[in-house]
Amino acid sequence: MGGNSPCASCKLLRRRCTKDCIFAPYFPPDDPHKFAIVHKVFGASNVSKMLQELPVHQRADAVSSLVYEANARVRDPVYGCVGAISFLQNQVSQLQMQLAVAEAEILCIQMQQEPMMPTPQIDPDDKPFLLQNNLPHQYLNFTSSSNNVIHDSLKRETIFGHDMVS
Amino acid sequence: MSTSSRCAACRHLRRRCPSDCIFAPYFPANDPHRFACVHKIYGSSKVGNMLQDLPVELRAEAADAICIEAECRVQDPVYGCVRMISLLQQQIHNAESQLVKARAEIAVLGSHAQELRHHVQDI
Repeated sequence: MGGNSPCASCKLLRRRCTKDCIFAPYFPPDDPHKFAIVHKVFGASNVSKMLQELPVHQRADAVSSLVYEANARVRDPVYGCVGAISFLQNQVSQLQMQLAVAEAEILCIQMQQEPMMPTPQIDPDDKPFLLQNNLPHQYLNFTSSSNNVIHDSLKRETIFGHDMVS
Repeated sequence: MSTSSRCAACRHLRRRCPSDCIFAPYFPANDPHRFACVHKIYGSSKVGNMLQDLPVELRAEAADAICIEAECRVQDPVYGCVRMISLLQQQIHNAESQLVKARAEIAVLGSHAQELRHHVQDI
């Protein structure tokens, strides 16, 4: 930035903020905490190297993800982001099990509704309706991970303002 | 400690590996890539400080987590392991939507079943 006010990085590092400062576009002076936390976890020179190795249009997202990781590491000095991933995988696993139970319940209700005449005789050789509609197998493939850190806000936290390129 | 038994970190840093080396228990010499990733992303002093700040019994897990994050960042320099978090959040959102729909369907089917039972009883 140079000119009037140095960016948050140059303020913290106590150096002159040049007009081609690599940090300036991503660490404005009104949010000193953002750079402070990234510097604490990664170090300014490592962040600078990482940004220099990226094309300019990817640097903003890289900074956002570094800030996110740094925050996770400060919140949880042992597991950091990995703890968050473990927690979310557990959530996915539980939801998929609940979904499987709900779908099984739907099938049961549909089976009960099939023969709606008063005579309750059932031929034991008849294949049940259930086998015609296999439970979605992908719901049974998750392994639950240990839930080391609870982050209630993780499920709703928006990291990037756009869809990530997959 | 002789040069032949230096840990991966001290080998990478080209220094003597002291008997109380903070890295040695977590960065064995037979896996140089593990420390190389961590060094590239965090630097040795940051990692050393992170481990020093933790009780000994938690350092192994912390070292593993740091290595996973560093490896993810090396493979994906833009998003690192945060990409996985975004994907999982999306999966949770989708699963919750499906669960809401399934439960609504159960409620509808349940009320239809009740109506039909009453109808059959009336016959």
